[in-house]
Amino acid sequence: MNAWFRQHYAAFSRAIRRLAAAPLNTLLSLLVIGIAMTLPAAGYVFLDNIRALGANHTVIQQVSLFMETGASGKAVAAVRQRVDERLPGQWRFVPRDDALRQLKNTEGMAEIIAALPKNPLPDAFVLEPIDADPENLESLRAEFADFPGVAHVQLDSAWIKRFNSFLRLGMQAVNLLALVFAVGLVAVTFNTIRLQVLGQADEIEVARLIGATDAFIRRPFYYSGILQGALGGLAAVFLLLSGIAVLNPSVTQLAALYGSDFALHPPGFAYAALLVALGAFLGWLGAQLSVSLALRHMK
Amino acid sequence: MIVGSHLVKRYFGGFEAIRDVSFEIEAGKMALIGGHSGAGKTTLLKLMGAIERPTSGSLVVGGQNLMAIRNSALPFLRRNLGLVFQDQKLLFDRPALENVLLPLEIIGLSPREAQRRARAALDKVGLLAREKAYPIALSGGEQQRLAIARAVVNRPSVLLVDEPTANLDEGSAKQVLDLFAAFNQVGVTVIIATHAPREIPGHDLQLLTLDHGQLAP
Ligand SMILES: Nc1ncnc2c1ncn2[C@@H]1O[C@H](COP(=O)(O)OP(=O)(O)OP(=O)(O)O)[C@@H](O)[C@H]1O
Ligand SMILES: [Mg+2]
Repeated sequence: MNAWFRQHYAAFSRAIRRLAAAPLNTLLSLLVIGIAMTLPAAGYVFLDNIRALGANHTVIQQVSLFMETGASGKAVAAVRQRVDERLPGQWRFVPRDDALRQLKNTEGMAEIIAALPKNPLPDAFVLEPIDADPENLESLRAEFADFPGVAHVQLDSAWIKRFNSFLRLGMQAVNLLALVFAVGLVAVTFNTIRLQVLGQADEIEVARLIGATDAFIRRPFYYSGILQGALGGLAAVFLLLSGIAVLNPSVTQLAALYGSDFALHPPGFAYAALLVALGAFLGWLGAQLSVSLALRHMK
Repeated sequence: MIVGSHLVKRYFGGFEAIRDVSFEIEAGKMALIGGHSGAGKTTLLKLMGAIERPTSGSLVVGGQNLMAIRNSALPFLRRNLGLVFQDQKLLFDRPALENVLLPLEIIGLSPREAQRRARAALDKVGLLAREKAYPIALSGGEQQRLAIARAVVNRPSVLLVDEPTANLDEGSAKQVLDLFAAFNQVGVTVIIATHAPREIPGHDLQLLTLDHGQLAP
């Protein structure tokens, strides 16, 4: 066990020495890996923030409930009572006369309305449920649609659907991007490790001749790939946090113009750890492919 | 003990470098493999070092039948052999000490113990003062001795040495041969391939002479 640990430690320090032996190369490939990981990672963070924005309570979802034009005062009172039971304090009543007055104030409408023999508008309730979940809105619609005296329930959810399908599209795009960059990352590691193997050809030949196992020869390159990937992931985390820090003042300013206190939330520790682990895995994969191929050529 | 019987090595392409060679070298002996250039001296050493596989015949080194050994067992077999190559194969990107450390890293020795042993090996060949020197900065004789230090640092029971004195002047050659004699004296089997076999005073040498891949009587 001790010898096992020592062998791995030795391989690890050899990997570090090899990376440090070509600092410029190492730095450049770390940068490439870091940037390659930053783009999709930023995409996920961005989408996550947008989703949070969509679920934000400050964006009120409305359900408009229109009575029949001839609905009796009793029917209106019944609806009013039911609405207040369901959504206490989250609704307002718009009497048909008020609605007409509002319409009159609209530019160009006054004359048209004056020409009407009678008020064509129904009484209406505007519901503004705190729980703006699409399912909840839908169940409200279903419940009130069958209520006596209610002509029509209008769910202002079209934009939610649009928003959700935009999110879904964005997620797909980012997934695709992540896949492409993952392949790129493996390719970058593949190449740097290949160069390392070629640069160590003499040592590999001698080591084999004097009793090195395949594992002994491969191990440092695996660690090299893992290290590169992990450090690249770390670079991505750093770039991501810096990017958010740089953008946030402008974002909050813009949001303030729309009366929102929205700000970009940086990813948490778990996300950062995931990026680093993912980088390490892809680096290992690249090294694995590269070493197998390069050693086969050298036999 | 090293026993070869009816050994044949045919290289890729069909050339037979070793043709029906049988011999026996007892443990603790010192043997010279002589013969003209191209006679097959290096090839025979490579067979003994399990670097090349025999085409037919049998070869037993230290109780292991090299015809039957599995590839995965080769590294462990080689660790018990000390090899000095005709072209030495020193690593020019690292100082003398690091060259000698490599076999010890391979067997996973602790760094402290490895350093101690590597320095002892350098001391034995008279290069301790040059431990930080890169091979390029060493003379031909010093490079040869460095290669020997790397071969013996693992305390092998068998030393296989290819043309150790080829490019050395009389004085350096004697120095190097005295080294092998000293290792042999402490029980190491030493086998030296050389195109110019010479006597080593006070040493009982076994001589195998190759001629076009065959053992001369
Ligand atoms: N890998 C190989 N493939 C094909 N032929 C080879 C190979 N290695 C050696 N030979 C041939 O085998 C013969 C013996 O070669 P070997 O190197 O064993 O000779 P040697 O006795 O060591 O010669 P020298 O004194 O010049 O070192 C030579 O004719 C050589 O051309
Ligand atoms: Mg030779």
